[in-house]
Amino acid sequence: MAYALSSPSQRVSSRPGQTAAVLVIALFLGVFLIVPAGTVIYTAFTDKGTGTFTFVNFFDFFGTDLFVRSFWNSVYVSGMSVVWATVLALPLAVLTTRFEFRGAIVIQTLGFVPLIMPPFVGAVAMQLLFGRNGTVNLLLNDRFGFKLPFMDGLNGVIFVQSLHYFPFILINLSTSLRNIDRSMEEAAQNLGASGFRLFRRIVFPLAMPGYLAGASLVFVKVFDDLATPLLLNVKDMLAPQAYLRVTSVGLTDPMGYVISVILIAVSIFAMWVSAIAMRGKDYSTVQRGGGGLSRRQLGTGESVVAYGVVMLILLLVLSPHIGLLLLSFATVWSFSPLPDAFTVAHYGRVFGESSLYIKNTLIYASLAGLIDVAVGGAIAYLVLRTRIVGRRWLDWAATSALAIPGVVLGIGYLRTFYGVTLPDGTPLAALWVMVVLALAIRRLPYALRACYAALQQISESLEEAAENLGATKFHTVRRIVLPLMMGGLLAGFVTSFSTAAVELSATLMLIQSNSDAPIAYGLYVFMQSPAGRGPGAALGVIAVVMVALCTLLSHYVIERRQKANGMAK
Amino acid sequence: MLKTIAAAVLVSAAGLMNAYAQGGGKVTVVTSFSKDVTDPLKAGFEASNPGFTMDVQNKSTSSGVKYLDEIKANNQVDLFWASAPDAFDSLKGKNLLAKFTPAVTGLPDKVGSYNVNDPDGFYFGFAASGYGIMWNERYLEANGLAKPAEWSDLTKPEYFDHIAIAAPSRSGTTHLTIETILQGEGWDKGWGTLKAMGGNLQQVTERSFGVPDAVNSGQTGIGVVIDFFAFSAQASGFPIGFAYPSVTTVVPANVAIIANAPNREGAEAFINYLLSEPGQTVLLEPSIRRLPINPALYAMAPEGFPNPFKDARFQSMISFDADVSKKRTDVVDTLYDQLVTFQLDNLKAATRAIHDTEVALASGENAQARTLLDEARAMIAAMPISAEQAASAGIGDAFTGGDQKTARQAELEQQWAAFATEKYAAAKAKAEEALALTQ
Repeated sequence: MAYALSSPSQRVSSRPGQTAAVLVIALFLGVFLIVPAGTVIYTAFTDKGTGTFTFVNFFDFFGTDLFVRSFWNSVYVSGMSVVWATVLALPLAVLTTRFEFRGAIVIQTLGFVPLIMPPFVGAVAMQLLFGRNGTVNLLLNDRFGFKLPFMDGLNGVIFVQSLHYFPFILINLSTSLRNIDRSMEEAAQNLGASGFRLFRRIVFPLAMPGYLAGASLVFVKVFDDLATPLLLNVKDMLAPQAYLRVTSVGLTDPMGYVISVILIAVSIFAMWVSAIAMRGKDYSTVQRGGGGLSRRQLGTGESVVAYGVVMLILLLVLSPHIGLLLLSFATVWSFSPLPDAFTVAHYGRVFGESSLYIKNTLIYASLAGLIDVAVGGAIAYLVLRTRIVGRRWLDWAATSALAIPGVVLGIGYLRTFYGVTLPDGTPLAALWVMVVLALAIRRLPYALRACYAALQQISESLEEAAENLGATKFHTVRRIVLPLMMGGLLAGFVTSFSTAAVELSATLMLIQSNSDAPIAYGLYVFMQSPAGRGPGAALGVIAVVMVALCTLLSHYVIERRQKANGMAK
Repeated sequence: MLKTIAAAVLVSAAGLMNAYAQGGGKVTVVTSFSKDVTDPLKAGFEASNPGFTMDVQNKSTSSGVKYLDEIKANNQVDLFWASAPDAFDSLKGKNLLAKFTPAVTGLPDKVGSYNVNDPDGFYFGFAASGYGIMWNERYLEANGLAKPAEWSDLTKPEYFDHIAIAAPSRSGTTHLTIETILQGEGWDKGWGTLKAMGGNLQQVTERSFGVPDAVNSGQTGIGVVIDFFAFSAQASGFPIGFAYPSVTTVVPANVAIIANAPNREGAEAFINYLLSEPGQTVLLEPSIRRLPINPALYAMAPEGFPNPFKDARFQSMISFDADVSKKRTDVVDTLYDQLVTFQLDNLKAATRAIHDTEVALASGENAQARTLLDEARAMIAAMPISAEQAASAGIGDAFTGGDQKTARQAELEQQWAAFATEKYAAAKAKAEEALALTQ
């Protein structure tokens, strides 16, 4: 059934409305992504000093051992991170969506929290737990006389990255699993499939769009991430190399921007490969609702095992946040398994200013999330449902935002918009709206992938049916496509929102006054001194709790919708 | 339309000028200092200069420099306030700073061997900080290590894998220390010391604060840091010890007015406050602990507070030649990155082999092995370029983009990295050969 309906139906060739949509999105991406990033990255193609156009820097890239080694290290780490992230995400996703599982919403939310890793404090907390003299290793050394190098070298990066980014797979895979129609499963069961075979042959393939969306995001994000390798002092990977060169004081070194170009190329290539993997397959199903897959009861024995596995995974992936919580209450925590003593003074210190930070963060992150869902949903629709020229370019342009270091985008915004002034002389770049736009651009790929996966699961025949009944395109989108995509849109919003809430690198360039600062900036200010470590951790905890609550709320909304749908049926 | 905008700009500009003419207004500062430093000084400044308010924008030193460069066409910032003198030098070179003569007089011209102020009057030192070694008491005790006292201690076998330093290319103050060692010991011997110390490193961090962060939490035992990192950690209760080696450097932290500052008057008022006695006294607070630039204030400093104007260890420094340093800044930083930072694994492997052999030789001397070991050490110390080459235009211009360059920066980096890889591998082989002889 799933594959049978892959009718290469007459997708309507471009209509005025679609052309307009493409133009608007292209304009948006052009003004807020391509032009600003381009003004900075152009340096990659210039000769140092003279500024003449040249490709010689790219030859230098491949002629430098360090860069070639960094390149392969990045590929290896990204690939392995996808594998381990899958190992963590798969049990959580399947158990919470396929079985009657008490606390599924809480688990889904908690499983999502690792994505919200506040800058700097997250790193400190991680080291205090898993570092070579962290809690785990100090205890191991005490009891058994050996240490485990969790956080050393490339394997350390893989360890931290899988914990950090596995929610991408979890959230997209769960959404996909929820969207599978139970009749598929029932049909398979009627034909005699059950257990693991049913999962492997029917359920997982049907959830493939979600899995691939998540896995490709993990790959690209790990490939482009510079914070974790730098925290572990691993410098021979591509993103840290770019960062180290782009942010050095003094005359600009073109190699930093050359690496940025390579990062963008690899990111787009990875997305293209995942699109190829999906080509020629149709994952959509016609029937909707019914609350997704049928949920099974677990036997007592099975329950124990299932809860055990879930608890173990949650304990592992949440350990950085447990460390953060301890740090926020700690007086001094140094070379010991636990802090010396506990205090609430740090919360007192940040209490006064945190309300402003929280307000700003909520405004910025939710606006950015909304922009992302709107633009991402539109791009997904254009790519999957129309044959309009240039639709793939929109997709790739938006995806390239993943690979552009935040500091490059920040500098690009200053360069492009600082010269433009408002009537009262304030530069355009000084407005907080610019921070929102920068955040929206940086997080657009997340929402885009989620919307993409959601739309891939909706059969076009539903839209065709609506059109046959006389609905206009616009009407069809509003009444049929959007409601059916709602889960995916929310997943996209939540991902964009929560990661934007702790973003720092672009923000640090654009914040012009304390009253406009989001929570990540407040954290940065505290984390520059030993006395600020506790208050910084307290702010970090506040950020995580705030974002987690918002996430919980949206899970609750999704869940209720699904229930309502089920009942309506 | 344009005219309306222009008129509106003029009107509002006039309004602003008016406001400033009466004194007061918002003074915008871009700084790399933490809240612990900026809050007390902001409070003090606002109290002693009624009408002025300070708006503090925190940015890392490098993003601060980039930021000021990008916004220069429509500058809204009055002051830049940070440690690293090279960042100020870079801003000065781009004509982003304004000249000023502070009202406060009678302050010394030099601290240690560095000029306190920019000779051309573009930036001013307001505090000094000395370089030294900090350690985590619990870490040393758990690992049975003695407290290090001198730079040379850090090359000893027992400290292998226990030390952290910030990369000189990322930390202006570390750069000054490394340059001081190179000027003090000479190019070849100095690099020998740096690489012997480099072989013992556990990590080379990409920001200055990364080192005290790692030592405070106990991930590393020993860090090469600027003194206030250790003092403020002690003030926060961390089990931290600190020592100035008998030869150390002391470097100024600076402040400067930005060219075309919207509130020039406020900017001047802040610098005058910072250099005045009340402003300097704030620096003695435990959470700040920077060495005031006004020698008279040391009379009221707490017991044991170092005095860079009196203590012999700060005076024993050789004179520091700023011109030599300036000419080869990029070359020295890149050499360190290519020979130590990015080669750390290779360098450590060779160093470990040398340490093992040294330990074996201690229990039974072997002349042939000793010769091999000395050869191995010489291989590690070997440099791809000489001091003359480092200061030459042919190499320097590869980094600054000048027209006399003989190779591109990327080509030089590759050559130096390949040189180091080869030498370190050979040194490791020699040391292992020597070790085999002792058995």
